[in-house]
Amino acid sequence: MNIYLPIAEVAVNAYLLLGLGGAVGLLSGMFGVGGGFLMTPLLIFIGIPPAVAVATEANQIVASSFSGVLAHLRRKTVDFKMGLVLLAGGLVGSFFGVELFQFLRELGQVELLVSLCYVIFLGVVGGLMFIESLNAIRKSRSGKKIATRRRHTWVHGLPLKMRFRASNLYISAIPPFLVGLLVGVLAAIMGVGGGFIMVPAMIYLLGMPTNVVVGTSLFQIMFVTGFTTLLHATQNFTVDAVLALLLLIGGVIGAQIGARIGVKLKAEQLRILLAGMVLLVCAKLLFDLVVTPAELYTLGAAGGH
Amino acid sequence: MRWLLTALMLLASPAMAEQVVADLSQNRVSITTSFEGSDIFVFGAVSRDAPAPTDQGDLEVIVKVIGPSAPVMVRRKDRRFGIWVNNDAVEVDRAPHFVALASTGELDDIVSFTDRMRYEIGYDHVVRLIDAPADVENVQSFREAVIRIREDEGLYKQLPDAVKLTSDTLFSTRIALPANLVEGDYLARVYLMRDKNVLDAFETTIAVRKAGLERWIYNLAHEQPLIYGILSILVALGAGWGAAAVFRAFQR
Repeated sequence: MNIYLPIAEVAVNAYLLLGLGGAVGLLSGMFGVGGGFLMTPLLIFIGIPPAVAVATEANQIVASSFSGVLAHLRRKTVDFKMGLVLLAGGLVGSFFGVELFQFLRELGQVELLVSLCYVIFLGVVGGLMFIESLNAIRKSRSGKKIATRRRHTWVHGLPLKMRFRASNLYISAIPPFLVGLLVGVLAAIMGVGGGFIMVPAMIYLLGMPTNVVVGTSLFQIMFVTGFTTLLHATQNFTVDAVLALLLLIGGVIGAQIGARIGVKLKAEQLRILLAGMVLLVCAKLLFDLVVTPAELYTLGAAGGH
Repeated sequence: MRWLLTALMLLASPAMAEQVVADLSQNRVSITTSFEGSDIFVFGAVSRDAPAPTDQGDLEVIVKVIGPSAPVMVRRKDRRFGIWVNNDAVEVDRAPHFVALASTGELDDIVSFTDRMRYEIGYDHVVRLIDAPADVENVQSFREAVIRIREDEGLYKQLPDAVKLTSDTLFSTRIALPANLVEGDYLARVYLMRDKNVLDAFETTIAVRKAGLERWIYNLAHEQPLIYGILSILVALGAGWGAAAVFRAFQR
């Protein structure tokens, strides 16, 4: 059944969109990631204009992260103070990200920017995660205890110190603000929540306890992607509500099933699978950038006159 | 059909020897959520005040359906630092979103170049590059790219021999409008030819409009973007809450 998307102005098979939402939801439920980094490239592959894919995906992440935050609120695993500092950075970052997106869209370079961001970030994060989980598996096989991480880094020497009770931390507000800022820019440009960057940064850079990391990052993601949706809707007119709704329905169902499968797998196995998937998407995008395209010309709306 | 008869009667008197009257199966196409394209049936007749001339060439018919024209920005990729990057850009001044040319034969065989130019029959006459930038090499390739890409997307099509002509009087053809259509007033033109010269032409419009939910969403997104943005977020929050509620119900 084909469905005509009002903003993207293309007709796409509705079952394909539901299926995509379901598949990505399944993975995000299994691995506890938003799945935006998979969904946005997939939407572009099936012919949704990149600008619409990025903006609509931000809207979809609002839903999945809100659903996650509700679960974490009940378990009291959200550090609100830390979340607000991350959010302040995120809103600033999102604002500049949307401005940058619009500027590059006029130059005709937005696809390149989105692709390059994906290749770089997916490559780095996927690579690090792969190495780290390989080491963890090797260590657990040899029976040695995993080394506890250092709680004091250069991060603790900065001014503007604040006490974060839920995280049991007394650190400067600058590093979390900057982490939030980076994630905000990425949310606007890549159409992702940014959890795959924020979660490692919170654990390794800020030294937050693992149990509050996911809830707090979802809290920040929910607001930043909401703000990004609003900016894309008002400045670029690229949020497709029908597309978002179809992805949502599939995603919600997929996430429930995924969460159940995830429980049955070991943490290291999960991480190495996720790392493999991240690297696969990265390789595909890099391949498309390097290999001579079948069609060298692209059409776009003429503007500026 | 009553309209057609009136037109036929009105056309019985004028000085021209052969004239064309035509109509469409529909003058309005609504793009709804389930829009999967639409077939337009174009039919008509040749009216004469005297028997068909025998000393001239065969009667030929061309049916052209053309969508709204707009400038198109065409970008060409070049390899820079090992990756393919959009580099040169040329604005093609005029290109219709959709054009279909159905005829009783190959265009070159049935209509002269002068008349093709005058009546804009053929891709080269509807996709126009007026002032090309001087610093870009092979500028015409950008114009050709518009034709090639839109042909691949099913938006540009030439259908020689698609018009059926019965006893040199009645003609009909079917033109498929694809699903990836945009809004606007589409023109349907019928040309009548003998000896490669256009004898008469007939024109009518097809209004292609988004309808229902499509119309509402599109208007809201462009006229009230802030409200649309907030609504999108509220729908997302509602769905997220719903998912959490259902999940909790399952866990019990």
